Amino acid sequence: MKFVEEFRNKEIAAGLIRRIEESLGGRQVSLMEVCGTHTMAIQRFGLRSLLPKNLKLLSGPGCPVCVTPNELVDLAIAYAMKQGVILATFGDMAKVPGSSTSLLKAKAAGGRVQIVYSTMDAVKLAEENPDKQIVFFGIGFETTAPTIAAAILQAEQNGLRNFFVVTAAKTIPLAMEALLQGEVRIDGFICPGHVSVIIGSNAYRHIAEGYHAPCIITGFEPLDILQAAEMLVQQVRDGRADVENQYSRVVHEDGNAAARGILEKVFEARDANWRGIGVIPGTGLGIRSEYARFDAQVQIPVETEKTVENKLCICGLVLKGAKEPTDCRLFAKRCTPENPVGACMVSGEGACAAYYKYH
Amino acid sequence: MTTTADRILLGHGSGGKLMHDLIREVMVREFGGRGKLLDSAILKFPSQNLAFTTDSYVVRPLFFPGGDIGKLAVSGTINDLSVVGARPLFLSCGLIIEEGLEMSVLQKVIRSMQRTAQKAGVRIVTGDTKVVEKGSCDGLFVNTAGVGYAERFFDEEIRVGDEIVVSGTVGDHGMAILAAREDFGLETTLRSDCAPLNGLVQTLKPCFSKIRLMRDPTRGGLATVLNEFVEGTNHGILLDEERIPTKKAVRALSELLGLDPLYVANEGRVVIVCAEGTGEKLVSLMRKHPLGKQSVVIGKVVTDYPGKLCMTTQAGGTRILDMLVSDQLPRIC
Repeated sequence: MKFVEEFRNKEIAAGLIRRIEESLGGRQVSLMEVCGTHTMAIQRFGLRSLLPKNLKLLSGPGCPVCVTPNELVDLAIAYAMKQGVILATFGDMAKVPGSSTSLLKAKAAGGRVQIVYSTMDAVKLAEENPDKQIVFFGIGFETTAPTIAAAILQAEQNGLRNFFVVTAAKTIPLAMEALLQGEVRIDGFICPGHVSVIIGSNAYRHIAEGYHAPCIITGFEPLDILQAAEMLVQQVRDGRADVENQYSRVVHEDGNAAARGILEKVFEARDANWRGIGVIPGTGLGIRSEYARFDAQVQIPVETEKTVENKLCICGLVLKGAKEPTDCRLFAKRCTPENPVGACMVSGEGACAAYYKYH
Repeated sequence: MTTTADRILLGHGSGGKLMHDLIREVMVREFGGRGKLLDSAILKFPSQNLAFTTDSYVVRPLFFPGGDIGKLAVSGTINDLSVVGARPLFLSCGLIIEEGLEMSVLQKVIRSMQRTAQKAGVRIVTGDTKVVEKGSCDGLFVNTAGVGYAERFFDEEIRVGDEIVVSGTVGDHGMAILAAREDFGLETTLRSDCAPLNGLVQTLKPCFSKIRLMRDPTRGGLATVLNEFVEGTNHGILLDEERIPTKKAVRALSELLGLDPLYVANEGRVVIVCAEGTGEKLVSLMRKHPLGKQSVVIGKVVTDYPGKLCMTTQAGGTRILDMLVSDQLPRIC
């Protein structure tokens, strides 16, 4: 496969690892991969087993399912149980436990939950069910958020009156800053590849400059990630903090202007609650008042149950990189992919699920 | 003539003349029934060592690249018998038909069942037909049960040093079905590997004593079957990702959808655990059969990783291949 298998070459990987070791010297370095797809790729290709022990890879809050707080899961469940509403969601979200139940369990109890593969499937669902209100559970980062915006614009163009969105969409760069202000030592970021396609490499400049944190944008194949690690370790060795783009075959400095255009057209920055991390100002994407007729929370009021969090679950600390999944008392005991307690065990890109699956 | 009806009616399952004629004119005629129809098939069986299995088939769509529900139902049961070491002899055919199914579709499926059975040297000797109201099933469901015999069945504990052999590319069936079913707007050349494997398995006869276990990795794919082999034992299995054969189209579609072909269903492959040093011999025998051309040794039983299935990745790292909880879901971000 072109542009895939060339990036999995064992010999080149071994060379990169040797160079990482040389640049590291005896230093202890902690890098954070912010994107869940990187977390998965690192596990899938067994990269931790290849890297030197004094290079630590922390998994950040880069899975949109994992960072969606209980209160929004409860809200989606309330919509699923409401007469006349079909709740459309991506598959992984259906399994995430809310305060007392999940969308999947709510479905078994008579709630109407439809799993969709894309935002446009949700629009189609609205067209096919004119007598129902379709509420789409819009999770995602800058990668998915433009498709949520596009769905709203499509619904407007098609004159749909029964398509609504609960937006749980979030943006990444300010969350990275919040992590740098926290208690966990992060020597550099492996920046998300897909998100960067949209926002561009320039979006990380203030992080590199303002916090002296090197940022490398990279792809999802093993050689991408290893090369990013090498570039980061070199920056740490040299005392530099630059934004470098290893993923230049896909990511441009300014990102994708068209996608950013529709994002800005439909959404505005709001504060957002990140599971386990708390409210990070300006990292949420709320629907602008011009599009309020698509905003489920404005148009279809529902009552939700009182939010309850499991006190033993350390998803929040895992998402911040402060703890590893294996540090959790629930990990692989009470919390498993069959019976998840925290969201990080649910999503294919959750750190706990990735550890469980590949470790 | 009742079978001139275009579509299946509820009456075709009623026990009356409609059903009688349908069974005679479609099933019995195709399957080559002989003499009087009794309530049971009465058969001569050559052995006291009997293997017996059953499976139900609910695949959607009924016809897919490389096969159809009929071919699948016959192959699947033949394969379940073959991989325990048995020679399959007789099958049953239970049909649950949705009212309104086109008669030509039913005929096509029955013909495909007979063709597959005939090619495999197996007879379909008994059956049952039910018709349910429209909406109560999805077109056509098929159940087949089968019996076979063997002098010895493959049922041994795996041991350290044993080798793992697979008979061809993995993930073909599941990916072909997925590509045919879901509206991805993709055109692929993928075909299901669906085929009866009794012939392939019998080519291994000179090495039967070296075979510990054999399975056909259907739902859950190669990784799930190998997990079942090591579960609860004191040793692990280590695979070499680079040796596992996969079609380019399967790999590409998997990458696109975020699926792992090692967990995707096969319907015409066997995976074998055999004694140390015998893998290559098995491979050379299997490669002489048209269904085993891409046979290869893909790994071995090791003392490390007790109870686990692990794999050396293309990039040189090592990872665990765990049992999946349920279906794989496409990626969301």
